[in-house]
Amino acid sequence: MAHSPYQPLGGKLLTKPFMVLALLFAIGMYFIATRFAFGLGEVTNLNGGYPWGIWVVVDMIIGTAFGCGGFAMAILIYIFNKGEYHPLMRPAVLGGLFGYTLGGIAVIIDLGRYWNAYNLLLPWYMRPSSVMLEVSLCVMAYVLVLWIEFSPAFLERLGLKDAKRKLQRFMFLIIALGVLLPTMHQSSLGSMLLVMETQLSPLWFTTWLPLLFLITALAMGYAIVILEATLVTRAFGLPSEQRILSKLSPIVGWLLATFLALRLADILLRGHFPQMFEANLNALMFWIEGVLFVVPTVILLSPARRVEQAQMFLAAALLLAAGSLYRIDAYLVAYEPGNGWSYFPSVPELMVTIGVISLEIMLYLVFIKKLPVLHGIRNAQPREA
Amino acid sequence: MNKSRRRFLKSATGAMAAAAAPLESANAIRRDNKTLPPEALGMLYDSTLCIGCRACVTACKEANDVPVEQPARLSAWNPGTWDAGEDISGKTLNTIRVYTHGSKEHKDKAENGYAFVKRHCLHCVDPSCVSVCPVSAMNKDPDTGIVTHDPDACIGCRYCVYGCPFGVPQYQFDDAFGKIAKCQFCEHLQKQGQLPACCDVCPTGASLFGVVTELQQEAERRLAARPGDMYEFPRGRLGGDRPTHEAAIPEYESHIYGVTEVGGTQIRYISGVPHEKLGLPKLPDASPSSLSEGVQHTLYKGMIAPLAVLGGLAFLAHRTTRKLQQEEEEE
Ligand code: SF4
Ligand code: SF4
Ligand code: SF4
Repeated sequence: MAHSPYQPLGGKLLTKPFMVLALLFAIGMYFIATRFAFGLGEVTNLNGGYPWGIWVVVDMIIGTAFGCGGFAMAILIYIFNKGEYHPLMRPAVLGGLFGYTLGGIAVIIDLGRYWNAYNLLLPWYMRPSSVMLEVSLCVMAYVLVLWIEFSPAFLERLGLKDAKRKLQRFMFLIIALGVLLPTMHQSSLGSMLLVMETQLSPLWFTTWLPLLFLITALAMGYAIVILEATLVTRAFGLPSEQRILSKLSPIVGWLLATFLALRLADILLRGHFPQMFEANLNALMFWIEGVLFVVPTVILLSPARRVEQAQMFLAAALLLAAGSLYRIDAYLVAYEPGNGWSYFPSVPELMVTIGVISLEIMLYLVFIKKLPVLHGIRNAQPREA
Repeated sequence: MNKSRRRFLKSATGAMAAAAAPLESANAIRRDNKTLPPEALGMLYDSTLCIGCRACVTACKEANDVPVEQPARLSAWNPGTWDAGEDISGKTLNTIRVYTHGSKEHKDKAENGYAFVKRHCLHCVDPSCVSVCPVSAMNKDPDTGIVTHDPDACIGCRYCVYGCPFGVPQYQFDDAFGKIAKCQFCEHLQKQGQLPACCDVCPTGASLFGVVTELQQEAERRLAARPGDMYEFPRGRLGGDRPTHEAAIPEYESHIYGVTEVGGTQIRYISGVPHEKLGLPKLPDASPSSLSEGVQHTLYKGMIAPLAVLGGLAFLAHRTTRKLQQEEEEE
């Protein structure tokens, strides 16, 4: 066959885990239908004080951070010229593809007047001062970029060598966009909160929000690559990528250390040290978040620990939890709308989020089995998963 | 790593540090607050004149064609004919709230007293809702300063709901085709030469319509007058020809709310109890959007920085992709 180092994994599609995911997706679909038939209030606990809930914060804001693998790896491989990480690129781009595409689907479900959504693309409606406008346009463009970045996999599968060669001539531009666009919108997801000065706890509100969001998005991007590589190689009995992964660890570790230093310095500089020790939910969440960030930093910076697969896996998982909690805290916990409002997601609301994530994993499995995504499969013995 | 790569990365890091440095002092990066249009229209709400009759709430519902709110438990009783909304909502654009303390004996006293307050859009001078709206569905009239909403443009993202420092815009969550509901200062009535419904119907002149600068002077006059002296309180529109309402000057708090808060609003509140107790929070003078717009402007001015970065990235990516593609072909 082709001489591409990437190969489809092959194997059965309708495995047991796949069926469970399909069931969860079906439940989610039921509630999505309910939402469109009867309105957002029928399914969610959203209210006048909390107009944004987990569909925005988890599906979109955290979901796209989970999709930052391709972005994070592109910086390393193409900008810092570290070709040795190249085998991890294609699965990372695939992860990004689903993280972002499904984040976009979640937005459509969440928009209160979705039939007007195309107004975002009409110049006479666009308002440049809105960070949300920048984020939406940037995310839409990046989804396109991700599909193009991934398209060689399709072209290889279809045997269109000529098209692939033509595309590769322009790939460098696409890759450059694939670094610029996420830098812009992942930091802007922090900038979206800059207008919330009077409503966010000072433990989270800072003019550094864009920088802090960008660093955590990058770190989460690397974490998802580590997690994905570990899970996939174990589940399908592929040769371990441990050697490359442990080289990646100190980079992520230093990124996290930078984040922690900035986060702490910022709170101290602004004089909000005492708020860290108040007896309230904000302070509690601040500390949980802090511990979740510190543990992976320690693991990833320790030469003895980062060579062990289990420790790496733990570090990556904790890091993703930390970055997610940081986003939930900043958007929902630190936010004080006043007037006695409170919010906790409803079960149907959660089921929609779980359904969307299930779809994402199902599609990922289909893609790696049917398309040349993974590296070094030739000698592997696929197991059922 | 070759030389030019190192040079680009170095200058990129430098640019990032430079971008982060002014972020440290928020004030350096803010743009100025926007300013009040000279002919801006607004309202003076005098809590001491309000008798809590809620005529303005009913009039607002009629004028803006929004449905009544009835608690589910009582909805079987005379449906649709009475209204008991708890707060502004997707169906209620204004509301009267009451502050009470201790024995609730004295009107407009913080101790053992009570006081009314009206709640609706404050028509901010530099409104967050307008700044954050991605599709220009929230707009501020350049002459009257009234902040209006256009449901045909609105995508229902609810950033305005999240971003308004007073929690004013409300999305209709119970409707499959919900809209954003918000006081638009009865712009449609004003176009026909009428007053905003709430000011029109107010029996005591507690809600008084007028030009903001004149309302400001009226508020200052009241605060300067001696408590106990009789005063002719205008009703409906300041400078209109309605008979006035004569009453004694109460003991006012010295603060006029709405002059400086979040860069100023077009509503003025004066009252006998501290504004914070009426649910009008202490807020900084700088408008929230002066910071967010300042940061965005610094980073994205004319898209020059992003394009320069793109150029650098493309240059580096070009070298690496060529090398990797060669390797792949050799494999
Ligand atoms: S009070 Fe809220 S809705 Fe009204 S103008 Fe100000 S920001 Fe906009
Ligand atoms: S909900 Fe509508 S009016 Fe409010 S910010 Fe979004 S698009 Fe603008
Ligand atoms: S100005 Fe009109 S819409 Fe606004 S509170 Fe008064 S009656 Fe309601």
